[in-house]
Amino acid sequence: MRRRFGLQKAGPRNSSDQRAELLLGALACVVLALIAGMIIFVFQKAWPSFSHNGLDWFNPFAGGNVDDQLTAIFESPGNPSQYVFTMHAWPLLYATALITICSVVIGVGFALLSAMFIVEFAPDALRRVLEPVVRLLAAVPSVIYGLIGILVLVPFVGNHIISQGAKDSVAGVVTLSGPSVGVGILILTVMITPIMIAIVVDALRAVPVGWREGSVSLGVNRWRAMWTVTVRAARPAIVAAAVLATARALGEAIMLSMVTGSVGFAPNPLDGIIYFVEPARPLAATIVDNSEGLSVPPFADTLYAFAAVLLVSAAFLSFGGWYIRRHLRRYTLSPI
Amino acid sequence: MRRSRRPQLSNLPRPRLPRRNREVLSDEEIVPWSIGDRIGLAAAWFSGLLLCAIAASIVLYMLIRGLQYVQLSALFEHPVVQSTTTITGTGGGYLDPIEGTLILTALGTLIALPIGVGIAVWLSEYARPAGLARAVESGVEIVAGTPTIVLAIFGLLIFSKSAFGFLSFTAEGGAVFGRSFFIAGMMMSVIALPLIVGATREALQSIPAHVREASYALGKDKISTIRRVLLPASRKGIATGTTLGMGRIAGDTAIVILLLGATLTLEKQGTTPVVSTLKGTGSTLTSYVYGNSPAGEGNSPAKAYAAAFILLMIVILMNFVVDLMSRRRSDPWAR
Amino acid sequence: MGPMKNPPPVRRIVVDDEPTIVEPPKRRNGAAQTVKDAASGLLSAPRKREAKRGKVKERMRTEELGIAYAGKPAVKNVSLTVNQGEVLGLIGPSGCGKTTLLRSLNRLVDQTPTATRTGAIYLDDGDVDRLDVTELRRHVGMVFQQPNPFPMSVFDNVAYGLRERGSRRPSRAALRPMVEEALDRAGLLEEVKDNLTHPALRLSGGQQQRLCIARSLAVNPGVLLLDEPCSALDPRSTSIIEELVMKLRSDIAIVIVTHNLQQAYRVADRVGFMYLGDLVEYGDSDQVFGAPKAKRTREYVSGGFG
Repeated sequence: MRRRFGLQKAGPRNSSDQRAELLLGALACVVLALIAGMIIFVFQKAWPSFSHNGLDWFNPFAGGNVDDQLTAIFESPGNPSQYVFTMHAWPLLYATALITICSVVIGVGFALLSAMFIVEFAPDALRRVLEPVVRLLAAVPSVIYGLIGILVLVPFVGNHIISQGAKDSVAGVVTLSGPSVGVGILILTVMITPIMIAIVVDALRAVPVGWREGSVSLGVNRWRAMWTVTVRAARPAIVAAAVLATARALGEAIMLSMVTGSVGFAPNPLDGIIYFVEPARPLAATIVDNSEGLSVPPFADTLYAFAAVLLVSAAFLSFGGWYIRRHLRRYTLSPI
Repeated sequence: MRRSRRPQLSNLPRPRLPRRNREVLSDEEIVPWSIGDRIGLAAAWFSGLLLCAIAASIVLYMLIRGLQYVQLSALFEHPVVQSTTTITGTGGGYLDPIEGTLILTALGTLIALPIGVGIAVWLSEYARPAGLARAVESGVEIVAGTPTIVLAIFGLLIFSKSAFGFLSFTAEGGAVFGRSFFIAGMMMSVIALPLIVGATREALQSIPAHVREASYALGKDKISTIRRVLLPASRKGIATGTTLGMGRIAGDTAIVILLLGATLTLEKQGTTPVVSTLKGTGSTLTSYVYGNSPAGEGNSPAKAYAAAFILLMIVILMNFVVDLMSRRRSDPWAR
Repeated sequence: MGPMKNPPPVRRIVVDDEPTIVEPPKRRNGAAQTVKDAASGLLSAPRKREAKRGKVKERMRTEELGIAYAGKPAVKNVSLTVNQGEVLGLIGPSGCGKTTLLRSLNRLVDQTPTATRTGAIYLDDGDVDRLDVTELRRHVGMVFQQPNPFPMSVFDNVAYGLRERGSRRPSRAALRPMVEEALDRAGLLEEVKDNLTHPALRLSGGQQQRLCIARSLAVNPGVLLLDEPCSALDPRSTSIIEELVMKLRSDIAIVIVTHNLQQAYRVADRVGFMYLGDLVEYGDSDQVFGAPKAKRTREYVSGGFG
């Protein structure tokens, strides 16, 4: 009888282990099935809207008022061959991009500086207060931010910041009553910053203490040492935090629907400072605002088209973040 | 750094520093703190203090408004649909929304916990084949980053199909309503899942190899090791992840609005005791706040503030519990 | 396969024999080694430094320096000088305070919140507390036990101190000669000069430590503090760095902390022996190793403890 010595294949040694591995593996595949299902079903439902509009769906110059188009779709006749699908969603895309990018850019700067403050420059007592406070702010539900926005900031902007003259000047196009892009960006920044601060603080603290001591003993002051060595070493984590925050900002529906107004309008930067007090409505908020219309098939298809765009952006963000972080790892300790 | 028994500083000479004649920067340009550094430092301080101010103002404002409008008796009354628009309009309480929040949180967590722990165990202990493991990891990340509104709308799509009619209410004519506590609970479990998976994986990975080796050396197979040794040891991490997930479920509004049927009170479907509530519709604190704000139909800010206050208290409590649980600093595995 | 024709012989382990007692090796003199023998053993070891050295110039001085962590004293009443032209070695068992003393010389102990300092430290006759701490650290450099090159290229590591100290950033071309000179002084230039953009973390341990030395040398310090620089390195890298230290001592005052007695003997011109925070003995290394005055020193140097 021949016995095989040498390295045995590593694996479960009995059938109950094998069964367990298969079961758990199947559980893990649930996640993949979920994502696959989401992509398949959402795109399937969204396809009519895209196919009827072609590239005009995204075209900045296609024109048309989004709200009017939505109403037309909602009121389409019952006959499937007569469904209306016309949707030029550029104003919504523009509003989404504008609000997301502005709040992430401001938020990253704010979060980085605050994280540096917490890790290095804050007095002990202040640091002990700030850390739980940041964690608390990260956990506050978005509807509460929305509530404060709509009951405090929006009337403030409407009554005190926007002058009557400004309102009259654009009265023909849009009503300026307070719900606006500016308030949305402001509150969204406050919403996404605490999570970024928590991630960046952990990353700054994880930088090996030898680097910090090394830079300080070369005669470099605290700010420079922190900025050129510690922050630089934590760059992958900062990117990860930024990607996480962007995903959150992109998908924020509730707060923005309460605060940015229910007008599918694309603010024109050439309007001047009025730009930031003009109302708008990003994609996610549009879905929430119009969720009653889901019973009408073409309307539902349009909403699913919005969801499909959001899904694709979220996936793009994940991959983009992964790619940037990989590129940043060149000079660090990982042996890639 | 404190000093004691020091000779007077003013009496002592300043050091004469050696001069080198090969400096790249001239003497005036070598400064301990340049202008840029000072601006940076000031900006960091400003950010920190601004953060304090914002946090303080949010918490204080909610506290003031909440205490102004919350009535303890209303905690146990059923809400009433009112058409009044006065800001102090009362009438009706928050019992059903509170029940809704509790039921939904419990349901979502109950579904997410075993699945999340199972996925984390597979990723950390098995993870074969490697390609599948990477795909599942990325999958969890993508799910974590998906907007909840997209999950909600997907849930509606799936569960409106007639195959899932048993989970909610089916009208005559075959149209499945597609909204109920069951359905909302299932989608809520999806948003809690990544948090539980992440925390459990961290806890499992922080268990040093010698613990596993000791268990194998005693002749136990992998699954018993996991069940008897590793999972009990990761209890703290699992608890942290679960509480974070519960906080996220309690605070979510989009899924509730789309998938819970938007009835103010809990409406049961059918007659079986627990299942009928779960098949039925209702509201939670989040949808109650949204509905009563100017964005919704109720337009009674007083009730919105009160409900928001209660919601905030619940979230603060959960956060506090998470803080307590992760407070233990000593390394339980130190040899 | 059928039964084997010639099975291998079975070895039986006999357990009932008497065990054989192994004699300990006989000492050469037949008696226990005396302290004198141990010291002469050291003295006959090959020495790296020349017997004569040039004139010395005092760079730093401590006067009755005391450091305590949260009330517990780590360094008590230490007065010594650090001179250019010679190497000062600090030896002693673990926990004796030699690293704390070293770190106080560039005020790195100030980073620890519970630390208090008494006594005075002078750099070129000026009190170090009157100087901005970043200025001080430009003139007193430090190399740590674990090599800690930054996660940047070799060039950026060495140029770091030169770039991050002023209101404007010098250009790469202006920095290049200074970087190369520092690498040359540290004995690393030959190995890296072909590719100065090589990531520093991919160098070997000995190269990384020499890079850290080059990094400290680039800002032209007057004093260099070395905290057990070779304890994480293999013997070949250790000897390279020891030769480097010998070369550098004529223009930089060097203090080296080491727990390796042989290294201290090879490299140091003057030695301070510390025990539980006290500076027990301080003088020429020939004297401290060959004819130590204090009993503790004798015991330590002969390997009695620590």
